[in-house]
Amino acid sequence: MPDVTFRISTGSAEQNEEKTYRVPVAEGWVVLDAVHYIQAHEAPDLAVRWNCKAAKCGSCSAEVNGKPKLMCKTRLDDFADGEEIVVYPLKTFPRIKDLVTDVSWNYEVAKKIKPFTPAKDTKWSMDQRDMDRVQEFRKCIECFLCQDVCHVLRNHDKKPEFAGPRSFVRIANLEMHPLDTASRLDFLKNEGGLGYCNITKCCTEVCPEDIHITDNAIIPLKERLVDEYYDPIAKLFKVFSGK
Amino acid sequence: MANSPRTMEKSGFGATQRTDAWWLQPVATAAGLGAFVVYSTLRAFENNFYTVGPYLSPFYSPLIDIGMGISPALLILWAPAGFRTTCYYYRKAYYRAFFRDPAACAVGESNEHKYCGETKFPFILQNLHRFMFYVAVIFIFILWHDAYKAFFFEDGVGMGVGTIVMILNATFLSGYTFGCHSFRHLIGGKRDTFQDGNASHGCWMGASKLNAKHMNWAWLSLFWVGFTDFYVRSVASGLFSDFRIF
Repeated sequence: MPDVTFRISTGSAEQNEEKTYRVPVAEGWVVLDAVHYIQAHEAPDLAVRWNCKAAKCGSCSAEVNGKPKLMCKTRLDDFADGEEIVVYPLKTFPRIKDLVTDVSWNYEVAKKIKPFTPAKDTKWSMDQRDMDRVQEFRKCIECFLCQDVCHVLRNHDKKPEFAGPRSFVRIANLEMHPLDTASRLDFLKNEGGLGYCNITKCCTEVCPEDIHITDNAIIPLKERLVDEYYDPIAKLFKVFSGK
Repeated sequence: MANSPRTMEKSGFGATQRTDAWWLQPVATAAGLGAFVVYSTLRAFENNFYTVGPYLSPFYSPLIDIGMGISPALLILWAPAGFRTTCYYYRKAYYRAFFRDPAACAVGESNEHKYCGETKFPFILQNLHRFMFYVAVIFIFILWHDAYKAFFFEDGVGMGVGTIVMILNATFLSGYTFGCHSFRHLIGGKRDTFQDGNASHGCWMGASKLNAKHMNWAWLSLFWVGFTDFYVRSVASGLFSDFRIF
């Protein structure tokens, strides 16, 4: 295979620049292979976060030619011959160094979400159909590509008011769990800012685990908020049925 | 070898490092939706050529003629328009195509731009989508009734190309309506367990199957409802005749 030109953003949040490298790539390589080659041969101080190289740990998230992707899942033969490959760190989070960003904000938000709360006398028996529904959400590898691409965080920087798609997937997993008894609707409406989501589905488009974040997590949660806060008929039904 | 430092990313509308044709989808969506809005508005105000033989244009159904020169379409089109405007799929489509909020994923937006999402008026009204769904279901029954009536010609029972066009119209609109996210929630998605609800689970699965192709149903039904009106108008105005199959 011919050499491929890589432009990699390096430096800190305050001072950064793109550096260009020519990499002799081999068949089957992914972007992370090339970054490792550069690290080994050209720039030993190049910072990159990675772990499994199998699209399961969610560590090597970056922006490749402007698109949020896992570097270990982005094959070089998907690019056109002679195409330059531009690699940037996630733009929604503060850069620490080179391709490594500080994603700790996501874990701070996760701490605010009520954990799984079963009833005291729970019989630990669940219907397979119920588990099939929430299993999709448990595929999340916390790569935070959805958080990175979400324009509410990326373009409008609503971090204090908006929890983001990853958090909504976590909440959907808990809210739809057959044995959970807690409600997170108040958090979703207020602190979590679900109303800021205008369902433009970028989170779903970039998810490397193919979780249907918008259709199966966010919109069902929006509908649950409608039940609770915006639907007078559902309210009346609740009053009279006691459910 | 490392060389040639370059400047960091720009901000503002359209700023992106994407190298693909990200603008194509919002432009195509704006063109498609814009064309439909222009055509349907012109037809709603035309107040003519909306019925011929057993066929009635879906833009004028149910036919409520109060005279005074007011087009019957203007009295009913708020319902399908409201259903589609608050639809979760169309929200994505027009937020991207017209509001550019965002135009495409990982593409910059206007710099000076206060964003409230769906937390403030008027977009908080999107939460009323389920009520528009209730109204849309009534229209589905009416359109199936229109399709049924399209078999009854002046000379007896028969079938024309227009009959098929109207049946397909009701079919596509049903596929779109019953794949609605709100319906999927109401029919079973709101439950935390399906342990005691086999019927509910079956309905939810059915709605989920339709919902997975909601975008396709949305565009197909939008195109076909416009085509159905165009067909009825063309036959009514004498542009061409309806072909009788039997």
